[in-house]
Amino acid sequence: MAEVVLRNLAKSFGTTQAVRDVSFTVPDGAFVVLLGPTGAGKTTLLRLIAGLERPDCGEIMIAGRPVASDTPAERNVAMVFQQYSLYPHMSVRDNLAFPLRSPMLRTPEPEIALKVRAVAETLKIAHKLDNKATALSGGEMQRVSIGRALVRAPSIYLMDEPLSSLDAKLRTDLRVELKRIQTSLGATFLYVTHDQIEAMTMATHVGVLDEGRLVQFGTPREIYETPASLYVAGRLGLPRMNMLPAALFAGAPPGAQTIGLRPENIVQGTGRPARVVRIEHLGDQTRLHLVFDGHEIVTLTDPHTGLEPGDLVPIEPMNPLYFDADGARIARGDY
Amino acid sequence: MSAHSITEPSVRQKWFAGALVAAYALITLLPLLWIIATGFKSSSDAIAYPPKILFEPTLEGYVNLFTAQTRQSPEYLAQNPPATWYEAIVHDKGMVIAGPSRYGERFMNSVIIGFGATFLSVVLGTLAAYAFSRYRIPLKDDLLFFILSTRMMPPIAVAIPIFLMFRNLGLSDTHAGMILLYTAVNLSLAVWLLKGFIDEIPREYEEAALIDGYTRFQAFMKVVLPQAATGIAATAIFCLIFSWNEYAFAVLLTSGTAQTAPPFIPTIIGVGGQDWPAVAAGATIFLVPVMVFTILLRKHLLRGITFGAVRK
Repeated sequence: MAEVVLRNLAKSFGTTQAVRDVSFTVPDGAFVVLLGPTGAGKTTLLRLIAGLERPDCGEIMIAGRPVASDTPAERNVAMVFQQYSLYPHMSVRDNLAFPLRSPMLRTPEPEIALKVRAVAETLKIAHKLDNKATALSGGEMQRVSIGRALVRAPSIYLMDEPLSSLDAKLRTDLRVELKRIQTSLGATFLYVTHDQIEAMTMATHVGVLDEGRLVQFGTPREIYETPASLYVAGRLGLPRMNMLPAALFAGAPPGAQTIGLRPENIVQGTGRPARVVRIEHLGDQTRLHLVFDGHEIVTLTDPHTGLEPGDLVPIEPMNPLYFDADGARIARGDY
Repeated sequence: MSAHSITEPSVRQKWFAGALVAAYALITLLPLLWIIATGFKSSSDAIAYPPKILFEPTLEGYVNLFTAQTRQSPEYLAQNPPATWYEAIVHDKGMVIAGPSRYGERFMNSVIIGFGATFLSVVLGTLAAYAFSRYRIPLKDDLLFFILSTRMMPPIAVAIPIFLMFRNLGLSDTHAGMILLYTAVNLSLAVWLLKGFIDEIPREYEEAALIDGYTRFQAFMKVVLPQAATGIAATAIFCLIFSWNEYAFAVLLTSGTAQTAPPFIPTIIGVGGQDWPAVAAGATIFLVPVMVFTILLRKHLLRGITFGAVRK
């Protein structure tokens, strides 16, 4: 396992700037999650680290060594792709053994057999080892491709939305399992996801990308509680943060353009009245859709609420976030 | 159970399709059956009119094909009775076997040149197709068009320049010359066909192999080639069929050492004119290798391309 340092990394494809001046450090043993919408440069960043793309400028260091001239094999990284994951002409066993048999590792066959079996059991695919890779379900395929990374002990695991194709139960199981493996091995992970729960529960650090730029890098709590901008604030939170004109409520600091209210930061029972539009029972949470002074607001409420559409509920902000005209957050000390 | 999906053809449609295929097979197989049958006819049965459907089979044609014969006096024949069944056949016509014919050599020439050119075309074609598919090559489209354009005229249109080139380079009537020539003709087809197949193989597999610790060449060998096997098999069949059956260049450029079977077979002359049963026997044997090769690779052709392992 090793520390990975990115310094002023940039990469463009034709006229599209995929990655712009990105610098951050993945500390040894950290689980770094990259967040950002499609096209933000997350996958390109992984491919740059893996050596599948050459950066236009900037530097990548793995374990303190610059790797610019190294081939992907020499970088000793493992990567789980979002798709096209398995070698279709091989059995599951051969897929898992493939990295171990490489000229870089040259593992003795008995050791390969042990490692393959151990990984297959962890990922609950031991009974499918002799199947052809093409004879698996989508979820099983993705588990095998995660397994192909886990049989190795690379400097860093790069994972590109590895769980996005799995059903909810399997995703939860594997999320817990991956985190357990990461903690027990002390492995370094760089992990791309859209899933808030994965980001919040697995990450030691979260990096948020916007059009190729790293806009914030910090712990999941920092990203959630003190987002640097409206953009970052919108990346985490379900339901999303309510973004309203700052003047809607009293107490906005000077220069504030927008007030950001997470659903849990809206107190019901005091303040000014909002009209109930719709109540959504999702099971684990109950969402209350309100209209306040012509603006839609989503908040959470008690599952056994007696509210009906059309009712009036008084609401008041609690610990709101304020953003200026450029979308940057105004620090708490300033108001 | 009569329940079936609506995309499945109905029983009547299947019967109709089956009848069409059977009719087509009959039309294409008839000449073939005719040749095979002629090979087992006697010389007079072979040219009988109306043609004989039922005849007494003989191996005379095959014996004539593989042997050189000379006429002998009745006294000599009486003193030297035939020792083997094939000598007996020749004996009955008043001849004796003087030695093997040249058909065996010509057939081996066809094998060496046909399979040699196929092997070379497929190897070079695969490498070129991989490069065209994966690398950024300046003027790629123009190069591909140029390669294809070599097929826009019948190859024999350039017979005279090739004849002169071969004569000056000392390639006339050599195995190497014919292998090179057939490879050159086949290569454009091989590159285009294989490029299509390799384009279909997602790059991600190679990238995964690179990260898994392999070099690009190893990734090509272990990941690309096995998946391109279907395409390679199909290409090999097309290349073999062309180089195996090629007649015009073979007539022009070979006469002895490197002569292949196609120009040789029509020259088989028997007593009193063309020996049709021997010609038919030669053609029948000549068909076998391509048939075997195609049947061996048919499994590969039918296996289909296994793109099931990807999420789309």
